[in-house]
Amino acid sequence: MIRFIPRERTPLWLSLAVPVGAGLAALLLTAIPLALAGAPVLRAFSLMAQGAAGSGFALAETLTRATPLIFTGLAAAVAFRARLWNIGGEGQLYAGALAAVAIGAGAITAPSWILLPMVLIGGALAGAALLLVPVLFKTRFGADEVVVTLLMNFVVMLFVQMMLEGPMKDEMALGWPQSAPLVDEAVLPRLFEGLRLHWGLVLAVVAAGLLHVFMSRTVWGFRIRAVGENARAARYAGVPVGASMALVGVLSGGLAGLAGASEVAGLKGYLTADLSPGFGYAGIVVATLANLSPLGVVPSAIFIAGVFVGADSMSRAIGVSNYLADLVVALALLCVLIGGLMTRFRIAIVHREIA
Amino acid sequence: MHSDPSRPDSGSPNSRPLVLSLAGITKRFGALTANNAISLDIHAGEIVALLGENGAGKTTLMSILFGHYVADEGTIHIADATGALVPLPGGSAEAALGAGIGMVHQHFALAENLTGYENIILGTVPLWRPGFGRAAARRKIAGLMRQSGLAVDLDIPVGRLSVGEQQRVEILKALYRDVRVLILDEPTAVLTPQEADGLADTVRRLAASGLAVIFISHKLHEVLALCERIVVLRGGAKVADRPALGASRALLAELMVGRPIPTRQRTAGHPGTSVLRLAEVDVGRPGERDRLTGASLDLRTGEIVGIAGVSGNGQGALAALVAGLQPARAGVVEIAGQAVGSGPRQRLAAGVGRIPEDRHRDGTVGALSVAENYVLETIAAPENQRGGFMKGRAIRERAAAAITAYDIRCPGPDVAIRSLSGGNMQKVVLARVLERAPRLILAHQPTRGLDIGATTDVHRRLLAARDRGAGVLLISEDLDELFALADRIAVIHAGHLSEALPAEGLDVRTVGLMMAGHAGEAA
Repeated sequence: MIRFIPRERTPLWLSLAVPVGAGLAALLLTAIPLALAGAPVLRAFSLMAQGAAGSGFALAETLTRATPLIFTGLAAAVAFRARLWNIGGEGQLYAGALAAVAIGAGAITAPSWILLPMVLIGGALAGAALLLVPVLFKTRFGADEVVVTLLMNFVVMLFVQMMLEGPMKDEMALGWPQSAPLVDEAVLPRLFEGLRLHWGLVLAVVAAGLLHVFMSRTVWGFRIRAVGENARAARYAGVPVGASMALVGVLSGGLAGLAGASEVAGLKGYLTADLSPGFGYAGIVVATLANLSPLGVVPSAIFIAGVFVGADSMSRAIGVSNYLADLVVALALLCVLIGGLMTRFRIAIVHREIA
Repeated sequence: MHSDPSRPDSGSPNSRPLVLSLAGITKRFGALTANNAISLDIHAGEIVALLGENGAGKTTLMSILFGHYVADEGTIHIADATGALVPLPGGSAEAALGAGIGMVHQHFALAENLTGYENIILGTVPLWRPGFGRAAARRKIAGLMRQSGLAVDLDIPVGRLSVGEQQRVEILKALYRDVRVLILDEPTAVLTPQEADGLADTVRRLAASGLAVIFISHKLHEVLALCERIVVLRGGAKVADRPALGASRALLAELMVGRPIPTRQRTAGHPGTSVLRLAEVDVGRPGERDRLTGASLDLRTGEIVGIAGVSGNGQGALAALVAGLQPARAGVVEIAGQAVGSGPRQRLAAGVGRIPEDRHRDGTVGALSVAENYVLETIAAPENQRGGFMKGRAIRERAAAAITAYDIRCPGPDVAIRSLSGGNMQKVVLARVLERAPRLILAHQPTRGLDIGATTDVHRRLLAARDRGAGVLLISEDLDELFALADRIAVIHAGHLSEALPAEGLDVRTVGLMMAGHAGEAA
């Protein structure tokens, strides 16, 4: 019989080893479907590693893919820290992207140093506004934010499609449902010539650092942590619980909105309905793998992005479905949840004596 | 007193048959030895008290007996149906139940929406075969009620029964499973003195019929009145196993703590001006169980007013009102002569210090550090932050000073408060409350679950705050505590608050009757 014995304290090495171990375990478990699909397992893994980080170009692709994941991962981390279960990162991302296009695709003419911040801030505000609604519903009426944020994803997606088929459709795009491109002044510059990697990555890493400082050093970060860990005690001690939750909503939605704005302004240049292959949802995995630590989100997002990019290139080379990437990500989430159990409990095997 | 584990029953020369024998039970958790070679023999018909401070190893020992933990060393033998001692397999709650060990926990394990009858037979008959053995079960329960004197309505949902009645259902549940050893964990903590007397009668009657009873309690006078034998644990080891005859409260307290406990002479307070005035205050909606109707009270500086009552009679509403969590629906609430709005922050600003009933749920944020919990109420104050940034070093330094001043046993200000014992956690709450020199202190069950040492400390601090000039509203179910501290005592029953009378002229029996709602008889 297996027993779970609660740990009083989690050693630091263990809380670092768990996400790393979970990632490795997920990769190892992927060997099973790989072998079943008849692929040469070792070559597949080697191709995956090469595809993710085998060259400067591969690494740049991985980091490009990691950029929105850092933003959505931070969005999930700050919300989950406060026990606000924001499953609506995907919708907030699209809201941010939509706002970025609305501001940056010719509506406003301004120099880059004015227009670019407006595009990014506009994207963040759109995401923040979108999450503020379910947060207020939660604090005022006790509405379940999981349901509301999840369902709002579909509302936003349909709204985006409607806008792309209608008012925001680019007449020059030969009938494709896509928005007009951003003007040059609204584009986030590339980091290196010839690579798709853009300044969004720098913004994302800076955001992670700022969020870390905010959560650990500031009064409001302290209040958010207190509310998340024990809302009753926080309220008893006079912490403004409703305002803290609203702030979490603004931060989380804003970061998810930035993911969308940065994708549009840094990578795509215009908005389509397939801007995000589920970055909003993958952010939840990223945050969980990072144990909700803002600084941990950065390596965690790079790992997940590497899996996606590596699996993509591996599947092209040996003809295995690139759904394997989704499998690795899903397995990584399951493994980290099991690992999380081990950080909180010691596992003892008890031999039962038979009388 | 002796402490030789190899001769466990020398404290009670006894001709009655052994029903339970623990030998050399040792249990370690990492570096901590929770039980160190404890041996204990229990005979049929015996009432044995198990005493010890929190952390002395009582709970671990009982958990081993129940199969929740497996002992590292030692054996447990229990009498089978023929009276022969057979080994009890470790690590199996089913085996313990099957062997006739029953326990009534301090927090009951009853399904509130089922009737008492259903709770008793739950798990003993296959419920998917309606009618199966039900008549026989009813007959058996009726017989047990007659025999034990436990009267309770078994046909209404348990949630509608009083706490004392629920406890009777729990005991019947154990008896129905043919227990030979009944463990009662702090059974009188939730009872009025009269109910506690009733329970004692029941226990005596059960013992007379051959049941062995292990009685776990903090209340030494009850132990002395009820039990024949007293076993004391300290630091995981058995330090005494002696007859109750000839023992005194002072002796038992000294055995539990390991050093003499100074007895404190009551001192009278010096009431000054009004610090909390309630006039005809209503809190909570009609129909709610824990509410307050037409409550009036005048608490002055320099005095402690105790509120006695069985929990669930309106203490929660009174505490929530004073703590600022719940507004008054009617009536006047004045703090230091001024009407104030509700809300925890308004209360803090008005100089109210609040010690909540449940320090885990309301008093502390377990995952935050000791230092962070220490400043939870005052984080916005200039000494704790500048420009929205916490003054981390200053906060830690002041927390470290509080750790020294309040003798909080912990590795330092940065450890998560949930790793602290209950008593040390409460000291952090006390330090937080008293640091601000409040003029009104709400102390709601401030010593619940604390051991003697920590309780003495909390009492000393509250008296010191009173002598400094604070008014203290002490809500407690523990009459000993109220009579030890309060200058005046009021009784709360069914939402009504009686007049606060000088404690000098009151006796425990009168207050007990008022707690049970017999105000007329008391008058």
